[in-house]
Formats: sequence, C-alpha cells, structure tokens
Amino acid sequence: MIKKELLSSKSIEIILNRLACELIENHEDFSKSVLIGLQPRGLILMNRILEKLANHGFKNVAHGALDITFYRDDFRRRDAPISANQTKIDILLENKKVIFIDDVLYTGRSVRSALDAIHSFGRPSEIELLSLIDRRFTRELPIQPDYTGKQVDSHASQRVLVTWKEQNKTDAVYLIIPENE
Amino acid sequence: MSELSVNHLLGIKELSAQDIHLIFETASQFKEVINRPIKKVPSLRDITVANLFFENSTRTRLSFELAEKRLSADIINFSAASSSVKKGETLIDTVNNILSMKVDMVVMRHPNPGAAKFLSLNVNSTIINAGDGAHEHPTQALLDAFSIVSKHGDLKGKKVLIVGDILHSRVALSNILCLLKLGAEVKLCGPATLMPKYITKLGVTVSHNLKESLEWCDIANMLRVQHERQDLKYFPSIREYTKQFGLTLPMLDSLKKEITIMHPGPINRGVEISSEVADSDYSIILNQVENGVAIRMAVLYLLASKNKMNFKAD
Repeated sequence: MIKKELLSSKSIEIILNRLACELIENHEDFSKSVLIGLQPRGLILMNRILEKLANHGFKNVAHGALDITFYRDDFRRRDAPISANQTKIDILLENKKVIFIDDVLYTGRSVRSALDAIHSFGRPSEIELLSLIDRRFTRELPIQPDYTGKQVDSHASQRVLVTWKEQNKTDAVYLIIPENE
Repeated sequence: MSELSVNHLLGIKELSAQDIHLIFETASQFKEVINRPIKKVPSLRDITVANLFFENSTRTRLSFELAEKRLSADIINFSAASSSVKKGETLIDTVNNILSMKVDMVVMRHPNPGAAKFLSLNVNSTIINAGDGAHEHPTQALLDAFSIVSKHGDLKGKKVLIVGDILHSRVALSNILCLLKLGAEVKLCGPATLMPKYITKLGVTVSHNLKESLEWCDIANMLRVQHERQDLKYFPSIREYTKQFGLTLPMLDSLKKEITIMHPGPINRGVEISSEVADSDYSIILNQVENGVAIRMAVLYLLASKNKMNFKAD
C-alpha cells in the first residue's frame, strides 16, 4: 500500500480560505443561507469553513448536520448496514439557500441521498455542493460540486483519506494506492 | 458497523446486550426523524409488512403501524375477530396464505405462548413478536428500557421495581430479561398469588410490601391486573388490591427521593395507579408511547437490513 500526500496542512489552510471567500462572493450576508455538513465526515470541514467565515466577519451563519443513512440506495444490498449518525437541523429550510458540505465527492450517491433527505426539513430555494476533494471520473450519478478544494484523478481501487487535527491527526489529504498498481 | 445477531425478534431472551444497545442507538436517530416537519424516511419502501393480531391491542398495533408507515413500508392488517381463523384455519395456513401475497415481514400478537417462535420455524418470513400470551413482549421491554436510558442515561446499577400481576404478564418477563441484560437490579412486588413460583431463579428479588419496595427503587413500573387471563380469583377484591399495591401521590411524596413512574398501558386508573400519579411529573408514561414508535422503527429497520435483496432470476 502506497500513501501519497495530495494536500499538506498548509495547502488545506489556503484552500479553506479560498472556499470561504467563494461562499461570501455568492451568498452576500448569509441571511438566507444554511450550511449543512453531511455526516459523519462533512461536519469537521463545515466547522472549519464556519471559522473562516467568522474571521471574515460572518458570525452566526446558520448551519446543521444531516445524516443520510436512512435514505441510502444500497439498503439491503450491502453486507452490513451503516450506523446512523445524528441529524441536527433546528431551522426550517423552506426557501433557504442550502450548501451541502462534504470532504470527498466520489460516486455522488451520498449527495443523491442527501438531496432526498433534505426535503424533510422544507423546500430549499436552491442547493449547492461544496467538496474539499472532487474525485473526477468516478461519478456514478450526474452530480457535480459548485465549490471544489482540489480535483483528483483516481481509480476506483484507490482511496482518498482526509485527516484532521480535530481527530488528533494532522490536517492532510492522502491518496492510498494498493501495492499491485 | 454491527448488525443484529438474530433474524427474528421473538423475545428478549434471544438478544445480546450488544443487540439491545444497537437497537437503542438506532432508535435515538429515529426519534429525531419522528420529530421532523416531515416524519418519514424511504428505507423500507420495498418491504411489505403484515400485522397479524390474534388478540386485542390498541397501543402496540397503532405503534407498529405508525412505525411501518414512517419507514415507508407497505402494510396489511389483520385481526382475528373478522377473519377465517374463526372458520377453523390453522395458524400456519393463515400465515402462509398471507405470505403467498409476497409479504416480507410479519408482526404478530397471539394468545398462545411460543406462537411467534413456532411461526419462525415453520414459515419463510421475518417474524416480530408483538406479544405471545403470558410469555414475551419484546418491543415493550425495549421501549421501557429505552425510556429509562433516555431519562437516566444508563441502566447499569439502576434499581427497577415491577409491581403487579407478574404471573400473567409478558411485559414483566420481557422487562426482567432486558433490564438484567443491561445491568440493572430488579425487584418484583405484588400479591404472592400473582408471583410465579420460581421467578427468583432469574436473578430478581421479590417483595410483598409496596412502601418498602418504593423506598428501594429508582424507577417503578406499574402493571395492570390482567383479569382476562385470570381463570380464578387471585385476591379477594380489587379494593383490597388497590389498598395494598395501588400507587398514590401521597405515597410518592413521602419517599426520601424522587422516583420515575412507568406504566405500559392500558391504565386502570384508581386500581394499580391513581390518576394524580399517572398525570404527575413523576410519570413518563407518554414518553414511553413516543419511544415505542422509535424503538419499533429501529427493530423493523435492523431486521429488514438482514433480509438481503435477491435480484437473481428464479
């Protein structure tokens, strides 16, 4: 197994700043916008983006956490079911601009489930997608991000690993390549 | 992630403590779902559930039905009073006929102990026991324990008292098994005539003094006297039962600590529990009902996930 670093903590810092600025450009004062972190791994990224927005003077941006387990399209097809995580959305999303936040965009199936799940909280006026890593060429559904940290070309047999200092590791993104490739 | 060690929910006896914790974790997430503006998830949209009730039920049947609907399952209902059972059809025949209509899961209440187990051995479907005679009522025990965990955080070391007609109660047996598996201490209280002879073998203690037992416990679960299952007189009169084992507000106020009061329903107000207690802040009876839907959603979801899709041509 080969572990190749795609992003260092320094480049992640630069990317997060850029993503926050792109959001500010499109969402003005965030009065109608809600950031939604996709459980489990989108949450840390969302909190980082919230920090960056606060640094730019946008404090108290509305946000929440969405778990998509009960909306997955592989229920009764996987060997073992996935554990559900907490969903915490305390605001009605009717006519709000929702921004989904996840660390890696791969097949697009989680995002499809999230699109399904979010309607339990009202009908947003629009939904955007922010992803730290966009694994191009591996999509199984017609879903593309609106804000991307970095595009990565990878095979299905490879894996993209994102680590955070909140999990007692360093901020980094690695590409995990199996030995025989 | 782990999955349940069982393919059917026949009783608490067959579940491990790990299974019970998994059901609780899943139920917590479903509790959030049923408090959303739109209270429905699509997980079981390709599953059909038959609710077979060979015995009267209000709460359990409605709770299961709601849980199934919240999970988007298709459901068919059946009650023995208006069916061909009265014409002499056997249980296996009835159920197999229903299964030929392509039903994936069966929720069954039946007056005979072991009916759910019998069915699981003889028909090809996932069986959920919604009460079999005086044997087990697993989802009730799970929702009771879940309600205690929701309020007190953990069951380990908690002292739980079960008061009433233990002899005829499937709720009591399932509760005892569930609470002991989760590390609680259990005491039973009631007339000696309504106490099964060898019940202490399960690892519980028995008392016949309500006041003393209440002083001991953190949580008291008050059960109904099951007149419909009693073939003879077990105590002289309801008035005498109420005097000795009925829970009243002055009794609760006189205790040294505040305890939590539970009741699986249906309540006989003024018999095992006074109206003031049932409606007081001590009581979590209505929380139990809400938790019931979440627990049943979790059980249905986790069992359905074990029933894998098969796309191979026959």
